[in-house]
Formats: sequence, C-alpha cells, structure tokens
Amino acid sequence: MPVVLNAQGLCKTFGAVTAASEVSASIEKDSVVGLIGTNGAGKTTFINMITGYIKPDRGSIDYDGRDITRLQPREITRLGISRSFQVPQLYGSLGVFDNMMVGLGIVLANAGLGGYFSRGSPPVPGYGRPAEEVAEHLLGRFGLLEYRNRNAQVLPGGARKLLDIALTMVARPRILLLDEPTSGVSAQEKFGIMQMVLDAVRAEGTTVLFVEHDMEVVSRFAQRVLAFYDGRIIVDAPPAEALANPEVQRYVAGKRA
Amino acid sequence: MTRERTPLLLALVFLFVVSFGVLLPQWAMFIVTIAIARGLVALGLLLLLRAGLVSFGQALYYCLGAYAAGALGRFLGVSDIFVEMLAGGAVAAAIAFVLGFLLARYRGIFFGLLSLALSMILYGLLVKNEALGSTDGFNILPSTLFGTRPGAGWVRYAVMASAAVVALLAALLVHRYLDTPLGRLAPAIKDNEIRVEYMGASARRAVHVKYVIAAALAGVGGALAATTVGHIDPEMAYWTTSGEFIFIAILAGTRNVIAPFAGALLYGVIHTTAYDLSPNTWQMSLGISLLLLIIFLPEGIWSLAGKMSARHARRT
Repeated sequence: MPVVLNAQGLCKTFGAVTAASEVSASIEKDSVVGLIGTNGAGKTTFINMITGYIKPDRGSIDYDGRDITRLQPREITRLGISRSFQVPQLYGSLGVFDNMMVGLGIVLANAGLGGYFSRGSPPVPGYGRPAEEVAEHLLGRFGLLEYRNRNAQVLPGGARKLLDIALTMVARPRILLLDEPTSGVSAQEKFGIMQMVLDAVRAEGTTVLFVEHDMEVVSRFAQRVLAFYDGRIIVDAPPAEALANPEVQRYVAGKRA
Repeated sequence: MTRERTPLLLALVFLFVVSFGVLLPQWAMFIVTIAIARGLVALGLLLLLRAGLVSFGQALYYCLGAYAAGALGRFLGVSDIFVEMLAGGAVAAAIAFVLGFLLARYRGIFFGLLSLALSMILYGLLVKNEALGSTDGFNILPSTLFGTRPGAGWVRYAVMASAAVVALLAALLVHRYLDTPLGRLAPAIKDNEIRVEYMGASARRAVHVKYVIAAALAGVGGALAATTVGHIDPEMAYWTTSGEFIFIAILAGTRNVIAPFAGALLYGVIHTTAYDLSPNTWQMSLGISLLLLIIFLPEGIWSLAGKMSARHARRT
C-alpha cells in the first residue's frame, strides 16, 4: 500500500520536557494504526503536530507528497486530515443535526458552494448529496439519529464521543486521527462504539490512527501499533508482536519483566 | 415566527410604514426614523452577538457615518439622502476593514473594551478638531432626494420613507446572510472556536467579515441619524451612545432581523415617554425597563412571538 503520511525526525520540547524526540513514522493508505503509551509518552503531541496545532522544533511531515509541517489546522483539515478530541469538542448550544450542518456548511464554503447568491442545496463535495442528506446519513452511521434534535450539551457521554467523530467525517477526510475515542465510555460500550466508528469511517475509505489505553481494544482493531515512551516510538509492529514486546510490556502495559 | 416568513413580515412592516406613515405627526415620523437609524446599528450588533461578541464601541461607526454624511454636504455640497447613507456605510466599512485585522484577534471583554477604546479615540479627535466644529459639531444641509428638495411638510416623510427602504434592504440582506455557511458559523464560533478551526474554517476571518458588515450598517445608521436630526457632534462617538445600542440589542434579542428595529422603536418610545414624564430621572426609567427585560425576557422582545405561537399551538 502507498504511504499517505510520512513523519520524519519530529522533535518538540516544552521547556525541560521532551514531548517528541526523533519521531518518525510512515502511515500507509487504508491502514488502521493504534497509538499506545502512558500519559505524557507523546501520543497526543504526535497528533497535535500532524494536525498543525503544535509546530515541531525539527523534522518534517509529508502528506501525499506535500510538506504540511508549518500549515495551520484549518489548512490541514482542508487537505484531508481530520481529528477528533479526547474531550469532545461540540457546538454545545446547537442541536445534533445543526452541529452537522455547521460542519457541512464549512465544507461547502471551502469548496466555493452555498455562498450568498446560491440557491437550493448544492451537493457536498465527496458525498455528492445535499448537506441535509449527508447529515442524516452520517448520523445514521454513527447511531445518532435518535438524538437528532437533542441539544449537543445534554447528550450522554458515548453519544458526545460519537458526535465528535461524526463531525470529523463531514469533510470526508482521507486520514482521521482519533484521540482516545473510547475514553469516558463504559467498559461494556467500548467495543461496540469502536466497531461502529471503524465501520462508519472505513466505509468512507479513511485511513485511521487512534490513541487508545485499552490494550484489548488495540489488539482487536489495530492492524499496526506505534508504542510511545518518553517522546519516542519504541516499537512499530503488528498488534500481537507489539503488545508482546518486553519494552511495551514494561513501559506501556506497566508489567514487570 | 419561522425564518421563511420573515421576508413577508418585513415587506408588510415596510408597506405599513410607508403608507400609514403619511398620517403620522412630524414628531412621530422623527421617532420612527431615528428608531430605524438605531435599528440598523443594532442589526449589526445582532451579527456580532450571535458570534458571542459584544461591541461597546459601535458608536465609532455611527459617528463616522454621520460625519461622512456631514462632510459631503459641508465640503462637496452633496445632500442627497441615499448618497449620504451610502457614503456613511462605505467610510465605516473601510475603517472597520482596517481595524478588523486587530479586533478579530480578540474575544470577550477584550473585544468589547478595545472597540470602546477605539470609539473614544474618535471622540477625542473630533473634540479637538476645529475644522469639524470641535465639541459643537456642525449642522447638516437639508436633505434632498434624487436631486429634488421635497416640500417643507414632506421632508420628514421623505427621509422616513427612504430610511424604511434602506432598512428593508439591509434586513433582507442580513437575513439571507444568516442562512449562508458563513452566517451559520456565528453560534459555532460562540460555542467552540477550536472545533471551527479543526473543521477547516477561519473563525478570525468570519469575525472580521461580521465586524465589517456591522460597521457598514452602523455607518448607514449614523448618516441617517445625522440627516434626520440636521446636526452632528462628537457625542455620537461617546461611550453612552454605544451603550444605547447595546440596550436596544438586548431589548431586541438576536432571533430575528426585524427585532432590532422593533427594539429601537420601543427604546425610542420608552426614552421619549420617560423624558416627557420626568425629565430629571428618565435614566432611572430606562434602567428599570432594562432590569425588567433581563428578568422576564432574557432573550429579548422577539422571544415573546415564540412564546405566543407556542401557546397558540398548545391550544389548537
């Protein structure tokens, strides 16, 4: 499979803290990659650097043959890389459906559609359907139709997570970075939610990187694992191999050798 | 009131004002016209408030619009009311476009106070400028309409009808704008700017655009007020003038583009009545009205329409 995202030698320090040290990884198209590591290991910093929230001190990020290292988050989103958040970032005063419509409006505006003088509902790029239909379609895929008119602020935890991820899908990204998609969700719900998310996302042909602390979730859903420790990637391997690695056992899973 | 019915209601209100307005006494025409001028400013505030921004300095653009209109007459001898309003809006928009690069970076109290500071700078400049009449300001030429001067008894009506035309256009344009992707972004910016950025939009650019539109509307309002009153002075940029606009915006609420005009008219009526009944304590009456409003109608007078239609729906 061709490489869509290539990070080379990323370094980032915050004062005396090294958040990333020579982090390099190539992500192949259509892959599902799990990022594991303890808190402070550098997973979210890695995601923040790819999505433009943090600029690395050194190193480069290449997306589809284009250097995106210094771009703003919105520019990176427009190119096809979206992200979800550990703490869902929603439009709290709006309903679930309206949350989706705001996002779809941005997609239309970025494509020069739906402007001041346009009439009717132009098709959303990537979906070829009007925004209202795309919103219904995505809400259906993420099991959120029952909350359609509910205010985003009063949604249950799992639904908030799902809406956060559904919002990333309005731009039909080629790469999606999920920051702890199952955190704050009950143990019983975890697998169901992860399955639903991956089904919905993969149906659109999106490459996925997800941060996860639950090793069962990682071994079940990831095709490849990047294990972070102290700002470095210590292991890059398929799940079974990565989780059996002594360094991962010691530094990530917290088991003594 | 559904959004789809707003243009129809706007057209009806417009027709009502231009037809039955003929019957109004001159003083009432004055109140209605000033209400339209203030309503235009409040319409701009509606755009900003929806995005969670409170400008304590809209008087800057109100005053700029007024002085642009005044300067047209004073230096070029132009007194056509539509040209004055156009010039007022254009000057305000141009200045806002430049200042917007600074203002659009700030949110919350910083945005509010910075806008206030800018309006007070203009106030200070005008007070010191003798060519523009210093603290006394100067008188505006009587209005003309497409090169003709209406008869003495018709000037007020001509200005009021022209104001109604501009208000109708402005309200329709803003109503349409609120339905565009950029217009719909306002509550999203208020709620969560991080998410807006990560969905591919520039919140700063959206705020900048709204700021320029709001300024243009305030400029048109200022020019209209100037030609209606026939006199301008630096008080138009003073912070209490901005306070009046915020009062009206809160009175109106942000639900509908008609609300700012209704709010401005109500403000005019409260203000005039309070001043008439007790000239020394009219501010107290205004204060009490605002207090009652915030307690009983926190979303503005337009929320009454929603409450009434909900009650009607329950009955039927």
